[in-house]
Amino acid sequence: MSRKTLRIAGVTRSFPGRGKAGPTLALQPTDLTVQPGEFVAILGPSGCGKSTLLRIVAGLDRPTAGAVTLDGVAVTAPGPDRGMVFQSYTLFPWLTVAQNIRFGLEERGLPLAEQAAIADRFIARTGLRGFENHWPRQLSGGMQQRCALARALANDPEILLLDEPFGALDHQTRELMQELLLEIWEADRKTVLFVTHDIDEAIFLANRVVVMSARPGRIKADVAVPLSYPRDWTMKTTPDFATLKARLMGEIRDEVRKAAMA
Amino acid sequence: MKPLVPVSTGARIILGAGFFVMFVAVWGAATWSGWVPPLFLASPDRTLAAGWSLLTEFGFAGDIAITIFRVVGGFLIAAAIGVPLGLMMGAFKPIEAFFEPFVSFARYLPASAFIPLLILWAGVGEAQKLSVIFIGSFFQVVIMVALIAGGTRMDLVEAAYTLGARSRGILRRVIIPSAAPQVMETLRLVLGWAWTYVIVAELIGATSGIGHMIMDSQRLLDTGQMIFGIVVIGLIGLITDFLFKALNRALFPWASL
Ligand SMILES: Nc1ncnc2c1ncn2[C@@H]1O[C@H](COP(=O)(O)OP(=O)(O)OP(=O)(O)O)[C@@H](O)[C@H]1O
Ligand SMILES: [Mg+2]
Repeated sequence: MSRKTLRIAGVTRSFPGRGKAGPTLALQPTDLTVQPGEFVAILGPSGCGKSTLLRIVAGLDRPTAGAVTLDGVAVTAPGPDRGMVFQSYTLFPWLTVAQNIRFGLEERGLPLAEQAAIADRFIARTGLRGFENHWPRQLSGGMQQRCALARALANDPEILLLDEPFGALDHQTRELMQELLLEIWEADRKTVLFVTHDIDEAIFLANRVVVMSARPGRIKADVAVPLSYPRDWTMKTTPDFATLKARLMGEIRDEVRKAAMA
Repeated sequence: MKPLVPVSTGARIILGAGFFVMFVAVWGAATWSGWVPPLFLASPDRTLAAGWSLLTEFGFAGDIAITIFRVVGGFLIAAAIGVPLGLMMGAFKPIEAFFEPFVSFARYLPASAFIPLLILWAGVGEAQKLSVIFIGSFFQVVIMVALIAGGTRMDLVEAAYTLGARSRGILRRVIIPSAAPQVMETLRLVLGWAWTYVIVAELIGATSGIGHMIMDSQRLLDTGQMIFGIVVIGLIGLITDFLFKALNRALFPWASL
């Protein structure tokens, strides 16, 4: 259960240009407040600055202007209170599944028995039982991302930052992963910032969807999802779901077109 | 044959051994037929006979041992200092900025050109031999290890940061393990080069070692002994290469899946 409020205030990011090219403005001043335990999906066309925003919250990148605060405390560097799952596969190839999951716990210096107990719990919750001693190379893409999720969760972060974690997976695996994530969120109620291209995915998971404009990104719409939890896949066929989907598609169509023309 | 399709272990052994057989056959044909006179090139059987007498009558095993000691000794000293320095340079850019220009310069200095100077400084004893190997391998190790460590996948470093790692943890738990297999591969290559330096060092001002024996044999125009010496070096290289590869597979099973 998360307790801290995340505040993104006037966060702007421009990347310095190279050679003759001028600087790239990736993110216009952006404001977003996320209450403890909220599941916010960030939806936007490619290149609109979603990863940039998430990286700034993680502390992996610094805003050109503005600030990110967690319960009033400024975020200036990455830390274990903001766990992240990346778009690409980032398991440590030299560590087994169980060792990957224990990485953060070891860094914190927890006693070995406790590390093993926590790792074991998340191995079970992410359905990786039987694969504890496999190397990442021996896992399918879906399993790798489940392990990455377990690795982030094992650290018990305040906020979970998910940057298109299922983007590279096939449709069926993706739906299973969504259900798994939903189950975990319903049980733990951790604050989640979830970046995606996929409207269905955003509605199915989040209780709030933030739509970003084409680059330079800014928040174009902030829509509550009026569907109750616990949710399951049958939700995707309800009229409420369809109405919301139509609305978000309208919001995002123009942006995708703009992004494609740019 | 299709590009990049692996061969079975059996076929690999047969093909690899096949070339050796062919090589010896051509060598035998050239010498036994009298096409190349023994003064220039001994035949395979005479080479073996020369080798046998070297080992049994002239204590060549001792020469082999001392040469191995020199190569491995100089190489280990170079690795023991060069690997940590290279890792630090790869990980910390100010350290790299400080050492890199000098190391890049020094690695083009030919180790063999230092031999006269080293004899002046260190005499003709073991210190001089070890120094030649050291100079020849140290700068290569440093520059290549720095490059490997500097090439650590940034997304893995960032993942470690979000899991709570700090500079120390990044170095110890990300940069070093991710660089380790390639560093071992580099050491394997550099050990191969170290062999060429040691022979040169032994050609000048040495009283023992494989290189010294080859030099002596030249005086006697004994091409059998010379070739046997060269073959021994090749065999030792083959064995160390094999050991290195086996060690790599044992140490880094994750890298060779
Ligand atoms: N390190 C960088 N240097 C220069 N420009 C960058 C850098 N990182 C991102 N950008 C630019 O900032 C913009 C936003 O990038 P970002 O990765 O945040 O987009 P995104 O919304 O995550 O896209 P996608 O959905 O394709 O992942 C892009 O136009 C990109 O070219
Ligand atoms: Mg992105």
